[in-house]
Parts: sequence; structure tokens; C-alpha cells
Amino acid sequence: MHFNKRVLCAATLVAMTITPAMSAELTGTLKKIKDSGTLVLGNRDSSIPFSYYDNNQKPIGFSVDLANKVAEQVKKELKMPTLQVRYNLVTSQTRIPLVQNGTVDLECGSTTNNVERQQQVAFSVGIFQIGTQLLTRKTSGVKDFADLAGKNVVTTAGTTSARLLSAMNVDKKMNMNIIQAKDHGESFQMLESGRAVAFMMDDALLYGEMAKAKSPAEWVVTGRAQSHENYGCMLRKDDPAFKKVVDDALKAVYKSGEVNALYKKWFMSPVPPKGLNLNFPMSADLKALFANPTDKAAD
Amino acid sequence: MNYHWNWGVFFKSTGVGSEIYLNWFVSGLGWTLAIALTGWAIALLLGSVLGVMRTLEEGWLARIAAVYVAVFRNIPLLVQLFFWYFMVPDLLPTPLETWFKQDLSPGASAFVSVVICLGLFTAARVAEQVRTGIEALPRGQVNAGLAIGLTRVQLYRHVLLPQAFRIVIPPLTSEFLNIIKNSSVASLIGLMDLLAQTKQTAEYTANIFEVFTLATLIYFVINMGFMKLMNRVENSVRIPGMMGGSGK
Repeated sequence: MHFNKRVLCAATLVAMTITPAMSAELTGTLKKIKDSGTLVLGNRDSSIPFSYYDNNQKPIGFSVDLANKVAEQVKKELKMPTLQVRYNLVTSQTRIPLVQNGTVDLECGSTTNNVERQQQVAFSVGIFQIGTQLLTRKTSGVKDFADLAGKNVVTTAGTTSARLLSAMNVDKKMNMNIIQAKDHGESFQMLESGRAVAFMMDDALLYGEMAKAKSPAEWVVTGRAQSHENYGCMLRKDDPAFKKVVDDALKAVYKSGEVNALYKKWFMSPVPPKGLNLNFPMSADLKALFANPTDKAAD
Repeated sequence: MNYHWNWGVFFKSTGVGSEIYLNWFVSGLGWTLAIALTGWAIALLLGSVLGVMRTLEEGWLARIAAVYVAVFRNIPLLVQLFFWYFMVPDLLPTPLETWFKQDLSPGASAFVSVVICLGLFTAARVAEQVRTGIEALPRGQVNAGLAIGLTRVQLYRHVLLPQAFRIVIPPLTSEFLNIIKNSSVASLIGLMDLLAQTKQTAEYTANIFEVFTLATLIYFVINMGFMKLMNRVENSVRIPGMMGGSGK
């Protein structure tokens, strides 16, 4: 009995030393993917046109296409053509913990790369750059942020825009009434129903909301951008091997010019589910990002 | 899981004026309490009236109250909130609608909507409890009261309600705790209550666990404190010999 236990212990020890030796080059996420045979991608439900659901509840969007390019690269890297790619829905509150605890391996959606988040997770090279601007009625007379003094302005709670707007209100004593809605759809509803004259948000998202409006022609995106932010794909910290695979895959898409076709597909053509066209031309900043990819936070 | 813990996060600057994140929690807590207390005032008043109505002999009054309870208790709170906030203003006459949406500050209009919503929703629940409290009393008390010449108002005021309210203190306490927790729906229409400030802080700092832990503790401490307080109230107003109490 006693002896058997010892043999077992020894056998376990031997097994433990042998297993890592067989895949010595793999660590972290790549090892996890190899062992489980599955890559889990995080997706959003309504970040149009970055990551959202089509009518069949399938994740689609610009960021989803990029994530799939990364998945192809992972398959090649691990020589696992039959690797399973699974999607896991995340929200703005769950995305960081789910990446950290290993539920999600890679989250490509509309997540801003900033220094606070870099404490918790790592980011790929940027996949998009936005500027924070205003959406308003063409007839409202609002041309720039200075015109907002004393008015009701809406933004989405928890966004950089909300913080910038509050800071602007205090610093420049603008006496704005700031409404913080729970999501972009509700912010736009506040704007459309007349509770606010302008909606401050990431330009790409404003174009998305405008496309959804009853009559898009009544609206305009305006104002000098108050900040620039890079979106990136989130992955676990301190995992250089996986980060390299992700970055290389993205850089290849940028370098080959494939990214231009993807951009045209999602920002300059009708997109599901309603066939809306965002008509959002590629900014000079974004062209610069694709030419010189970086994983630094913007500004 | 390599989470980067930082309990000092509450003392970091928010980047707005000279505020730290703790200031946001304090202001959020203020809104939460203001919403819950105002909503509770409406709920208790209206709920008591409705509860009494349900026990009256006049069938039509009892039926009005029954319909009210059925409607407000069976429709989800969130649906009711969106009704009060998004639909009702559009049904108002235009000058009133413009005033509500544009002249009133956004915080005030959201506050009015959420307080009406929570007050009317909780009133339905309070009504049921007040009714149960009254119905729990022996039928003989009503007869005796009427026999000694009390009017019905006097009967309710001096005999039935004082006992009924004592009986239902525990479930009413639960309702009050519920309204504090339910007040978090305010965050969905842009009021920066405790939950909204928590979510916002989590979003900005990326220290999700610390931030939600603090919010959990705050809700817990408030509710626990109120529960203790109500236990004391219950004991101090207890009538010796009633409710199987020891006559303490």
C-alpha cells in the first residue's frame, strides 16, 4: 500500500517533468489553446460596425473580421487546421475580468487602449482610431464645443467623452447640463427626443447612430475632435508569444492593403442587419495607424 | 488570474476639477438615498390608502385598488420606468413637454420620473401588506368598534390601523430595503446614483473588483443599518400580549 503510493508519486513526478518538455516552446495562451483545442474570441452585441450580431445571432463586424484573421494565424502557428474558434459575448463591464480569468483569449471589439487598462491587460497594435466629436441636428446652430454653453448635452456614461465633457464644463465654466445615458442607443434617443441638443461620442459610433436615425440627412457630425483614442484587441498581460502572433497577423492585414477592403466593407457600404451605410471615410489618423501600427495608447 | 489590485484607487483624481473617485461615490450615495426616501414617502402614503380601500365594504373602491395593485405589481419595474421617462412626457401638452424636457435640468426630470415610478410601483406592494395587516385582525374588532358607536373613520384610525401597521412592520421593512436596491434603475435613465457612479468608476479605472466591492459594502451597510433600526422600532412599539410576543 505504502509502496504503491510511492510509485504513484514517482510516476506523477516523471509525467510532470516530461509533459512540458514535449511542448517546451509553448507557454501562456498559445499553450492553453493547443491543450484545449479551442480559441475563445470575445465579441460585443451592439458595437456597430465593430462587433455586433447579425439576424442569425452570428458575431460580425470590422473587429470580428480582424479577430478571424488572427485566428487563421493561430491555426497556422500551432499547425492545428481544425482548431475550434468559439465566441464569448462580453460587455464593457465584463470584458477585462473575462480576459484576465481565461474565459476569453482575445477580445476585439471597440475597446480603447489606455494606461489604466494596461495595468490589467495587454493590447495588440491598434485596430482603429477615433476622435471624440458631436452629433447634432443640422438646424441646431451647434458648430463646435463652444456653442454648447448653457445647453443640455448627452454622452454615454463611463466613456472618455463623459469625462472630457465634465472636465470641460468645470474648467471653462460652460454651465452645460450633462446627461449620461446608459448606452449609445439611449444617448441618441435623448438627442432625437429633444432632451439634448448634442451628443458627444467617438466619431465612428456617431456615424453609426446617424445611420440608424429615422432621417439621417437631418443630422451632422461636427466639432474639433477633443481627444483621439486607439482601439485595440485585449489579451492577457505578460504573454509575449501570443501577443506576437496577434500583432503579426494584424500587421500583415495592414501591410497587404487587405484592411482597406475591410474598411470599405464596414464603413463605406451598407452593413447588416438593416443595410445601413455609415459613409464614414477613413481619417488621416487611421491611415497613419495602419501605416505604422503601434500598441501605445493615443494622446 | 493576474489581477492588479489597487485599493488606493478611490483616492485617485477623476480628471474632473479636483475630485477624487470617492467624491463620486458620495454624490452617488446622496442620489440613491434621495430617490429611495422620496419614493418611499409616496409608496407609504399611497399604499396605505390603497390597502385600506381594499378592505372597505364599498365594492367599487376595493375594485379600483385591486386593479391598481394588479397593474403595478405585474409589470416589470424597468418597463414602468421607461414608460414614465420616455412616454409620459410625450403625452403631455406641448408647453409642459418642452418644460419637462428642456427647461428642467436633466437630473431633475430623471429624478421626477424615477421617484414617481418607484413610488407607484412600491405602493402596490405596500397596499397588499397593509391589507393583509388589517385582514389579520379578528373580525370581532370591527363589530365591537361599530357596536360602541365609532364611525368607520374612527374605527380605522383608532382600532384597526394602529394594530395593522405594527403587524406589518417586518414586511414593510423589506419593502423599504427593496426600494433602496430598486433605486439603482435610476442609472438606466442617466441619473448618477450609486450604481451609475460605480460603473463609471470601474470603466475609468479598470479596477473593477475594488470598485464593485465598495459599492456592495455601501449598499449592505445602509440596508443592514436600516434593518437594525426597524427591529428596534418594532420592539419599542410592540403591544404586550399581541403577536405572541413575550410582553417585553
